[in-house]
Amino acid sequence: MSVIAEAAKKAQGAVQAVMKTAIANAPDGWIPGGVPDPLIRAKHGLVGTPVSRIDGPLKVKGAARFAAEFPLDGMVYAALAHATIPLGRIATLDTSAAEAVPGVVLVMTYKNAPKMAPPPLFMSNPKAVSGDNLPIFQDADIHWNGQPYAVALAETQEAADHATTLIEVTYDELPARTRFAEAKTNTYPGTFQGEPLLVEIGDAEAALAAAPHKVDVTYTTPRHNHNPIELHAATVRWNGDDLIVHDATQAVTHTAWSLAQIFGLKEEQVHVTSPYVGGGFGSKTLWQHQTLAAAASKVSGRPVRIVLSREGVFRGVGGRTLTEQRVAIGAQADGAFDAIVHTGTIGMTSHNNLPEPFIVATKTAYAAKTFHLDVEVAEMDMVANTFMRAPGEAVGTFALECAVDELAHDMGIDPIALRERNEPEQDPTAGTPFSSRNIVAAYRAGAERFGWDKRQAPGTRREGEWLIGMGCATGTYPYYRMPGGAARLTLTRDARVTVAIAAHEMGMGTSTAHSAVVADRFGLPLDAVTFDYADSKLPGVVLAGGSQQTASIGAAVIAAHRALVTELLKLAGNDSPLAGLKADEVAGYDGGLCKLDEPGRYESYASILGRANRDEVTVEAEAPPPLETQHWSMHSYSAIFVEAAVNAITGETRIRRVLGSFDCGTILNPKTASSQFRGGMIMGLGMALMEEAQFDERSGRIVNPSLAEYHVPVHMDVPAIDIIWTDIPDPHAPMGAHGVGEIGITGVAAAIANAVFNATGKRVRDLPITLDKLL
Amino acid sequence: MTPFAYDRAGSSADAIRLAQATAATHYLGGGTNLVDLMREGVATPDRLVDVTGLSAAIEPTPDGLRIDAAVRNTALASDPRVRRDYPLLARAIVAGASAQIRNMATVGGNLLQRTRCAYFYDDAAACNKRVPGAGCDAVDGFNRIHAILGASPACVATHPSDMAVAMAALNAVVTIDGPDGSRDVPLTDFHRLPGGTPEIETVLARGELITAVTLPPLGFGARSTYRKVRDRASYAFALVSVAAAVDVQGGTVADVRLALGGVAHKPWRAFAAEAALRGQPATAASFRAAAEAELADAVPLRDNGFKIELAKRTIVAVLEELTGEAA
Repeated sequence: MSVIAEAAKKAQGAVQAVMKTAIANAPDGWIPGGVPDPLIRAKHGLVGTPVSRIDGPLKVKGAARFAAEFPLDGMVYAALAHATIPLGRIATLDTSAAEAVPGVVLVMTYKNAPKMAPPPLFMSNPKAVSGDNLPIFQDADIHWNGQPYAVALAETQEAADHATTLIEVTYDELPARTRFAEAKTNTYPGTFQGEPLLVEIGDAEAALAAAPHKVDVTYTTPRHNHNPIELHAATVRWNGDDLIVHDATQAVTHTAWSLAQIFGLKEEQVHVTSPYVGGGFGSKTLWQHQTLAAAASKVSGRPVRIVLSREGVFRGVGGRTLTEQRVAIGAQADGAFDAIVHTGTIGMTSHNNLPEPFIVATKTAYAAKTFHLDVEVAEMDMVANTFMRAPGEAVGTFALECAVDELAHDMGIDPIALRERNEPEQDPTAGTPFSSRNIVAAYRAGAERFGWDKRQAPGTRREGEWLIGMGCATGTYPYYRMPGGAARLTLTRDARVTVAIAAHEMGMGTSTAHSAVVADRFGLPLDAVTFDYADSKLPGVVLAGGSQQTASIGAAVIAAHRALVTELLKLAGNDSPLAGLKADEVAGYDGGLCKLDEPGRYESYASILGRANRDEVTVEAEAPPPLETQHWSMHSYSAIFVEAAVNAITGETRIRRVLGSFDCGTILNPKTASSQFRGGMIMGLGMALMEEAQFDERSGRIVNPSLAEYHVPVHMDVPAIDIIWTDIPDPHAPMGAHGVGEIGITGVAAAIANAVFNATGKRVRDLPITLDKLL
Repeated sequence: MTPFAYDRAGSSADAIRLAQATAATHYLGGGTNLVDLMREGVATPDRLVDVTGLSAAIEPTPDGLRIDAAVRNTALASDPRVRRDYPLLARAIVAGASAQIRNMATVGGNLLQRTRCAYFYDDAAACNKRVPGAGCDAVDGFNRIHAILGASPACVATHPSDMAVAMAALNAVVTIDGPDGSRDVPLTDFHRLPGGTPEIETVLARGELITAVTLPPLGFGARSTYRKVRDRASYAFALVSVAAAVDVQGGTVADVRLALGGVAHKPWRAFAAEAALRGQPATAASFRAAAEAELADAVPLRDNGFKIELAKRTIVAVLEELTGEAA
């Protein structure tokens, strides 16, 4: 980083710090969420009931159309060729044999690709959504082993696939940084969300040294690859100079803007839709394939469908990077923490910026007198690492929560009691009040239901060949809300409402949950609500990421609803029973509006619009800036309980029971939220026991790019999962709710590792916990 | 996938004749492995002769139970005679793959499965099995699943089959038909160790076709089992597997059959352990000594040293299970 850039960054940081203090100290009423969402009070209606997925029947019937299922006239199929060196340049390239394959329409490489600007890197602009910022097909440079260097278009997928195998390529290789041990000898501090990943409060090392009880250990986690069931895909066509993209994305608006930058277009010239996404988890953003499909379509004049192969996802889409984390905790005899040290190194490239922020959970987890938290970046030549379900927290809670368990064991304290002993009264590093934190209640409810009191000393419970153990851990994920949320609401005289917002449905139940919320807000039945989403032409800049889409939609809909009610009251005029009331004094009820504390003062929507001689009312409004996240410390929590069985002979681990006790505000839809929790916990089980991208440090190449060799849990690995929640609304979040997409994975790996310790007396600090580590 | 021609054979003679057409003709069974290899560009046949239409009978013969090569894995595992007389074989089959794959996979094809070594699958890697003389990236690379017995500097891959391990323990005989006539080969001699030519995995000559596998009678076959140790509960290849049958008379091991999977380039018949066990008391100490004898020559690589102890422990556990009170 240049000196000037560094100075600018520091100045920016100082401004942000001042702003942050001002927001933290402002009166509650000035902050979004300072006046609780009235919907929180409404205990009737659909919110909190297990509404079945609106899109369920469509998916079962195969009628839900995914990105690779849009048929277009004259469409051709794309396939990619991937580089086999980690760093260097293409020396020679011969595509003639590939071009000669019958049915092949185009073979595009850097030699014949159109001129394109580099893709805008995530967080370099509010709408930037690319996983890296390397130029695409503009030069002969190879930056990672697996980088696409050619795309073949053909009349059939088979011909395109075959053509890529006939491309002759040679390289001039350069020495690459592929060995972590070497890379970590030269590190720099990571920055995340504009702030350094560094917290220093007091002298933690000195406090640690002086503490009568301590644990000081190192944990390591491997690379993980994204493997959503739906492969990354896009179907694209050009309409003159306008680009239409049917994408599988968790960011339609961002993708449209980012593609516009790449192709030198106006934002409105790119139209991105993504009605159904078969799993995102942070991976369904902008990688090279959408740009390559659009470029190849432009060159060939044909619509293009691109579907990455499973190997193509491993090669071209980044995943979770590797981490090496030291956690040291110093404690007094009563268990009170004197020091928390959580430092370490992660691998990252020079063309992306996601320094896997494993300290984020530690910033708010426990009270302590001193803190030293630090994430250092070791640059490596590899596919750009990226967001993967709870980036930071998933691996960070593994290290932190194992260390707490280790300390509890060493001190002879129950690990839940040790956590309660260090429960903070306010955010321990930011100093802000918690908006809603009921982790102790979640633990107590979970412990009772799970039967935690039956836990025995490590290595003492055996059933035949199997050693049985129990473990627990805390999971946590922040409440985020990104700026830019906006929504359009249209209410018609027949009391139907349409919500239009550029949000996303990746299987988590967005349209179902939010249709129910809107129905309740309006006092209408569910089938009176139409939820239009996943189209970049719709209002709002809404990322389905960071578990923040729920809040983002909620805040936008609240703003639009308030504007619409204001408009309705104006239309109702002085002849209405509602005359003289303000928007904050009324609520949607039974197909109309009524005074909040006087339901008799009521007029139906049909009556209001009829008297005003209007067929419909439409309003569009923006959500307020998300200042609440700096005024309060806002997080979701979980207490995870696991019963593990470890085979004393073979070291095989089988999980027998899992319970997740969650504190995530109001649960909008128990059915879809449970699926989110459960899915996250299964992903955590995979992370604990089997997931590992085998990155060959000699070549920088992932050697297990297939679901046969890259293990994720199969059904037999997954026991029944019990899920409970506090259902205590967060008074400062829209609807009282938090997003629940990521919290599920957090804490699970630690709970499993702790259960394995309780079963065997062995600590495994290196994920995944495979049987060889337990023999 | 490279374009290829496709023929469907009506008889083994027909298949063998069709297979003479080109040097790169492959027989096609259920396709559960070969088609994957074709997609990956590892196998590039120019012609496939589909042999799934050949006889798929399971019949008793004077030499034992004869299983035609086209019998599907599911059919074999669910055959009542197999379940009664050779339970280790039924268990081995259902321990492999998924129900869908077993429904497709044939007996002949299962024996000819190719290794799951990652470097064999990746055409960017060096692999003597894929490209003779190219070198072996697995020797110093990721080799957690690789061989501890019978490997060579040229190749440290393992054979992935579960079914074949049970058949090795059962003294199965492979019947082969070819342009020069028919012959029988013991299953334990059917697969080769890698030596300097890991690309040659079996004794099949060009154009030869597996037509049947015969299981000789085994008096104590009912007291047999198959145990597979792996990285997840299902749908993973064996790190170590053990097929065993044991005959205990008055507390002494009268006879025993033992074979290991996941440890070598071929299904590994544990002859040394068997010899060490015969006539010995059926005790954990004898079992451990036999396991030690079998693994005495094991050589660990960077990542797979654990397999040596794992194999020993699993052998002991399986023999204890078969000879214990409950057995």
